[in-house]
Amino acid sequence: MSHLDDRFEHHTPKPEGASAKVDLVDEVQIKTPPEICGMGHRMKRKEDPRFIQGKGNYVDDVKLPGMLYMDIVRSPYAHARIVSIDDSEALATEGVVAVIKGQDLEAAGGLHWMPTLMSDTQMVLPIDKVVYYAQEVCAVVATDRYIAADAIEKIFVEYEPLEPVVDPHEAMKDKVIVREDKEQKTNHIWHWEAGDKEATDRVFSEAAHVVEQTMHIPRLHVSSIETCGMVANYNKATEHMQIYMTSQAPHAHRTVFALVSGLPEHKIQIISPDIGGGFGGKVPVYPGYVCCAVASLVTGKPVKWIEDRSENLQADSFARDYHITAEMAADADGMITGLRVKTLSDCGAADAAANPSKFPAGLYSICTGSYDMQAAHIEVDGVYTTKPPGGVAYRCSFRVTEAVHMIERVTDIMAAELGQDPAELRRKNFIREFPYKSPTGWEYDSGNYEAALDKAMETIGYAELRREQAEKRARGELMGIGISSFTEVVGAGPSRDYDILGIKMFDSAEIRIHPTGKAIARFGTKSQGQGHETTYAQIIAEELGLPAADVQVEEGDTDTAPYGLGTYASRSTPTAGAAGAMAARKIKAKAKKIAAYLLEVGEDDLEWNVDRFQVKGSPEQAKTIQDIAFAAYTNHPPGMEAGLEATDYYDPPNLTFPFGTYICVVDIDKGTGEVKVRRFVAIDDCGHIINPMVVEGQVHGGLTMGLAPALFEEIVYDENGQNLSGTFADYLLPTAVESPKWETGHTITPSPHHPLGAKGIGESPTVGAPPAIVNAVVDALSHLGVKHIEIPITPEKVWKLLREAGVTD
Amino acid sequence: MSKHTITLTVNGNEFTREVESRTLLVHFVREDLDLTGTHIGCDTTSCGACTLLVNGRAIKSCTMFAVQANGAAVETIEGVAQNGDLHPLQEGFWEKHGLQCGYCTPGMIMSAKQLLEQNPNPTEEEIRWGISGNLCRCTGYNKIVEAIQYAAAKAREGQTEAGGEEASS
Ligand code: FES
Ligand code: FES
Repeated sequence: MSHLDDRFEHHTPKPEGASAKVDLVDEVQIKTPPEICGMGHRMKRKEDPRFIQGKGNYVDDVKLPGMLYMDIVRSPYAHARIVSIDDSEALATEGVVAVIKGQDLEAAGGLHWMPTLMSDTQMVLPIDKVVYYAQEVCAVVATDRYIAADAIEKIFVEYEPLEPVVDPHEAMKDKVIVREDKEQKTNHIWHWEAGDKEATDRVFSEAAHVVEQTMHIPRLHVSSIETCGMVANYNKATEHMQIYMTSQAPHAHRTVFALVSGLPEHKIQIISPDIGGGFGGKVPVYPGYVCCAVASLVTGKPVKWIEDRSENLQADSFARDYHITAEMAADADGMITGLRVKTLSDCGAADAAANPSKFPAGLYSICTGSYDMQAAHIEVDGVYTTKPPGGVAYRCSFRVTEAVHMIERVTDIMAAELGQDPAELRRKNFIREFPYKSPTGWEYDSGNYEAALDKAMETIGYAELRREQAEKRARGELMGIGISSFTEVVGAGPSRDYDILGIKMFDSAEIRIHPTGKAIARFGTKSQGQGHETTYAQIIAEELGLPAADVQVEEGDTDTAPYGLGTYASRSTPTAGAAGAMAARKIKAKAKKIAAYLLEVGEDDLEWNVDRFQVKGSPEQAKTIQDIAFAAYTNHPPGMEAGLEATDYYDPPNLTFPFGTYICVVDIDKGTGEVKVRRFVAIDDCGHIINPMVVEGQVHGGLTMGLAPALFEEIVYDENGQNLSGTFADYLLPTAVESPKWETGHTITPSPHHPLGAKGIGESPTVGAPPAIVNAVVDALSHLGVKHIEIPITPEKVWKLLREAGVTD
Repeated sequence: MSKHTITLTVNGNEFTREVESRTLLVHFVREDLDLTGTHIGCDTTSCGACTLLVNGRAIKSCTMFAVQANGAAVETIEGVAQNGDLHPLQEGFWEKHGLQCGYCTPGMIMSAKQLLEQNPNPTEEEIRWGISGNLCRCTGYNKIVEAIQYAAAKAREGQTEAGGEEASS
């Protein structure tokens, strides 16, 4: 194994326990040779061969004998009483098998309402009234998807329109009550606070500088290219319900289905097959899923339901929709001293956010960001409106994007107030000591913010860009540079604080090594493109020296995988990835005993070397993991159980805090107001890297999902509550033409508490990118008196500003 | 609903089937022929997930009736690999990490195939315009562009470029 020696030179000892002081290393750590392909290797993805050959298996690809199709009648009003539903013509149509209405669900045991993940309730199908445009009104089941779609047109619903309430500020006045089913006749759902109000007010009263800004983070839609869908297959003879579902959290969904339907949990199998992107949109349980399962229960046949894109954009959970007022205080030296934030959260017609139960505003209180300050106070109020319910992540860890947008914007506004360069104001105020206790109660695990800022500034050539900008400005050209130095918080989470409907947010792994040294590993999470089949195999390769190619990773079948809370909020590596490492370590402990037995030495005489236990001082005496696996079934020590397998349910001691600095350069067309992102440098720190290629891919994708809301995407409603963004012709996803060539890099600051020193990466770029872009646009226009622009920054908005400033006509 | 008998070749195999006038080509391919590699992502001809080749031209099959393909030669993602060998585009997507969830991938590969057939040596900008009818929500496109560049280089020079590592035991 001498050829491995040089690889060990890059090895930084894994941080242990509470020691959070870690040196910065930029180099990705590699400890295994390419044929083992542990952490740090750019391993080609194991899942790809099926996808590039059209052999993936997504929900709509599932075809079962005798399968029926379901379609949904949706409300044309945002708020209306239902007078009557006439389904006689539909039912008389050949091929139509059933129509399911709210009354039918009520008769089936009160299934017309369901609990949301936030302990609120949401209609499955209405009986009295609808509360949002495109709400599910009833479902049709037919022998063919075209017949089901036709039958939708043959169902006549009489509505009595009611006044909608679209603006959350209006909703707070309680003139129109959205949820008449509630005892309290108010639209106000909850009030939530974090931080110390008194201390914050004191800091503000003593401040030399105070800036204030209101901002709206608009409604977004995750728009995974695959919409949501289900195939439910109830067998009346065995009373077994098999469900194929676009689910980011199949185990939690099984429990929810059991609790809601009364079917025993062991008779429900949820299979989340290949998933065409999730981004949070496949965490909630939608009414369509419930209707589909009921349709199969009623008919005793398999039933398929696949949303079309308009249904997906109009009725599925939205993200964001935060109306924020933020104030920042600083002393005379430009040191930030406090942050005071009030926010109105437009929840739509139900609080159906996908947050941990104790966090109605998610992890929004991370909003003091990367800056050390004395005090902060955050208030959020949730309010009902006649819009679809939701509050999912859009590739973000529970409202962190809103938090980062706000702090990174007000930091720039403060820099403008102080007349300081935004990079220098950030540097001056960075948190430097870790672990860091934030004024809103977070304990940041590790960080090195200045290193990321320096690297980003150097990569992009910051000083030179500022010179170029000055020259261009003198010539009347519009160019801007924007920075965002964000802190993320991911990996929910420790069981003391984090649960969803009471289920603690651990995650799990189960590894079984076969006699010939090959393995199967199953996890409680569910990849939707993140590449778990590869990266989890690399974690096991790293820990046990089994080639990653020899480890089959499986997720998503609740009958076989261990229970876990699923994949969202960048939690897979922090929780299930850690569980994989811990399970591997349990196996390694047993493997050591077997090796000692086989080599006839004491366990203390053995040391681990990449893929084997060898006798200290005589490495030729060794047993590889494959030797040991074979012995575990053929020649295990007397008194020891046969086999080589382990399970771990990992309860993380803390969250992880990835961070980075992004710098964006924009050019603005004076004639049209169009913003062009010329360069974008992203320096991320997610701790130790499992697969640099996968990390780059995650960063590129996340950045594009950060660009999207900054410049293009918004779900818009008219005053009647009609959705005006119900197709991809109106809701604009960036194409390859609008997306810039992302420039990425990293620093490595391991998490001191994660067994692999990893932190999670999938969402940092979505969180960090929008304010960098907005800051760049505002910077380009700052000499015209522009202090803030609301996203999405459309050409029209910029053009209006330019016109007001007399720059264009 | 009136029915029509159509005959067409798909990936080199001839099929004769009875279809309704309104059956979309994408549903015909996916459901009648069980070729589920062609996906559906929208209902407005916007996303390109359903892209396949009809007589060599990239077509959004959600916006074409099966009857319109009567007599045509259709190629889907399942027909791209030849005799078990991956096409340079498939190799490129794998080598360069041009996919994540894989849902847009078949449509991307079919659009790129037409692009390279028409323009074997595209610039980066031409590649970006060439796939501008295909939406990807996962990758941010950089690596898709690299994947297509890899395939173009390979097809031009018939030589392999190093990409990701492949673990073997
Ligand atoms: S499904 Fe055909 S373009 Fe979207
Ligand atoms: S890889 Fe997921 S949409 Fe492109």
